[in-house]
Amino acid sequence: MNKSWKLYRFFYRSRGDSPFKRIIIHLILIIACVIAIYPALRIVSVSLRPGDRLLSTSLAIIPRDATLANYKEVIFERSFFLWLWNSLVITITTSVIGVILASTSAYAFSRWRFPGRKPGLVFLLTTQMIPAAMLMIPIYILAAKLHLINTYKGLIFAYSVSSIPFSIWILKGYYDTVPEELEEAAMIDGVSKLSAFYRIILPLSTPALAIVFLFNFMSAWNDFLLARIMLQRESMLTWPLGLQSLQGQFQTEWGAYSAASILVAVPVMALFLFSSKWLISGLTLGSVKG
Amino acid sequence: METLNSEVISDSLSQVGFTILIIVGSALIIEGILYVLLKRVLKSKYALPIMLLAPAAVGLLLLVVYPIGFEVRLAFSNMSLRHFRHPTFSLKQGLDNFVLIFTQPVLKQVMFFPLFFRTILWTVIQVSFHVSLGLGLAILLNRPMKLRALYRTILVIPWAIPQVIACLTWRGEFHYQYGFLNIMLRDIGLPAIQWKSDPFWNFVAMNITNIWLGVPFMMVILLGGLQSISREYYEAADIDGAPGWIRFTRITLPLLKPVLTPAVILGTIWTFNNFNVPFFINENELETSDILVTALFRAAFQYNRYGFAAAFALVIFVILFFFTVIYMKTTGGLKGVYEK
Repeated sequence: MNKSWKLYRFFYRSRGDSPFKRIIIHLILIIACVIAIYPALRIVSVSLRPGDRLLSTSLAIIPRDATLANYKEVIFERSFFLWLWNSLVITITTSVIGVILASTSAYAFSRWRFPGRKPGLVFLLTTQMIPAAMLMIPIYILAAKLHLINTYKGLIFAYSVSSIPFSIWILKGYYDTVPEELEEAAMIDGVSKLSAFYRIILPLSTPALAIVFLFNFMSAWNDFLLARIMLQRESMLTWPLGLQSLQGQFQTEWGAYSAASILVAVPVMALFLFSSKWLISGLTLGSVKG
Repeated sequence: METLNSEVISDSLSQVGFTILIIVGSALIIEGILYVLLKRVLKSKYALPIMLLAPAAVGLLLLVVYPIGFEVRLAFSNMSLRHFRHPTFSLKQGLDNFVLIFTQPVLKQVMFFPLFFRTILWTVIQVSFHVSLGLGLAILLNRPMKLRALYRTILVIPWAIPQVIACLTWRGEFHYQYGFLNIMLRDIGLPAIQWKSDPFWNFVAMNITNIWLGVPFMMVILLGGLQSISREYYEAADIDGAPGWIRFTRITLPLLKPVLTPAVILGTIWTFNNFNVPFFINENELETSDILVTALFRAAFQYNRYGFAAAFALVIFVILFFFTVIYMKTTGGLKGVYEK
């Protein structure tokens, strides 16, 4: 009895897939994985090559006589840490400001039926459809007139505001799932609505706040376009601009470029893969709970 | 070479501190004024939500609404690098700008309509590849098997890599002599391809890059959708002896639709607006590889025709707007957005 049940389970779970079919499935997935990872591994490979063989027609991933010289060059002879520092300062500040501004607005959207609420929500959604390149022209000209080019100020302000609509949607979706009775109970105890929000709703929403922070962080950290327009002085470059400067049009410093890419990409990818379950639940949070 | 030293650190920290102070300070001032106005003077019952909303609303007004208004104004000017300080604004100039978009090359040679159709072609190619490959991989991953978690993690990597790095790296790999695609082509005895200078192959190159970049996102979203479909439907289909194809079209696709529709809308808008891939892969600045947004960027920041580019931006925005409205109307994509 037990044995036949096991047998049934086995066939049921594999839905009668023949071994041949299963091999094919694994084969397809393995090929897909190779396609997904090979270009990424090429960066590793180039970064490990010695300086005189950066350009090579070899397809091996770990080159012969691998060396860390490129990493040394990037760390000690380039402005690599300056780029990272600029990116880090801008990114962290914008993420914090963005979360603060969005958290209170989302609460208003979640708890009150004020006039203009629906148009407001639709407006937030519409801003997501405006191509970034379209806002660049007025923003650049306004920033130039206000002397915000080559400052942290301009970029921080632009990033933190541009992340607000998406953050509000996600946070509103989350607040909607927190029962309003919690605040009502607190208000019966003589607490104002505002402090009920700060003392009860905000702490309960930590996961959603973390997701929003992470989203803001990722989008500001990886942004190229706005930084390219707002920052021109060499000491102000963020890492995407710095990396691009290593890949000049006529002469690419492949070794330094690859090493710098690895140094930037590995922590970001680790953070992304580590938090991907969260991020994805965050993406669906806003849409499903609407 | 500029290096990171304590002077730089303290300087940037003070800049940032000052910025935060300005933002927080102005937020508090706005809230204070609103509090007095709404609560004390008008005694509005919506005083608190309006106060909570105000800082973000002011930010969006300054950074989205006002710039769009400014862009409309710019579109009616001849602002360029030569006329940066004292541009002339006139209705005639604006009409000229809009006529120029459709009658003269937008950049050096390329005209508006070829650009437009290329953008459509690019979007259609990308979205169909993303959805079909993403759905295929999601279905393969949506079954109990060994190594599933490992496959999933590896397949997500193109999405996890910072996009700028992915684009710059792919651009390097399209090198005629040292890129791995051409090395492989030569190894199997085919002629190598001029990825960077041949217009057709450069367009193929940017498509390859973006397919590689975009499939993981679709796959993950659709896998989430597949996992939310209850097993019972498939068990019922098993009992009825329904073949695989019928199960796919009658169970999987209809039940996946709530996830698929927003994913396709988002994917379409993102692809239409994609800047990084066409911009970076097109190293030789071939105008035959530009799509609307990259052409817009070049018109504004390489040719410095700000007034003209502003008009061009408005045209692109109108196109996107109509697309979105039509799509929302036909699929009911906004349904359930307002309700709690």
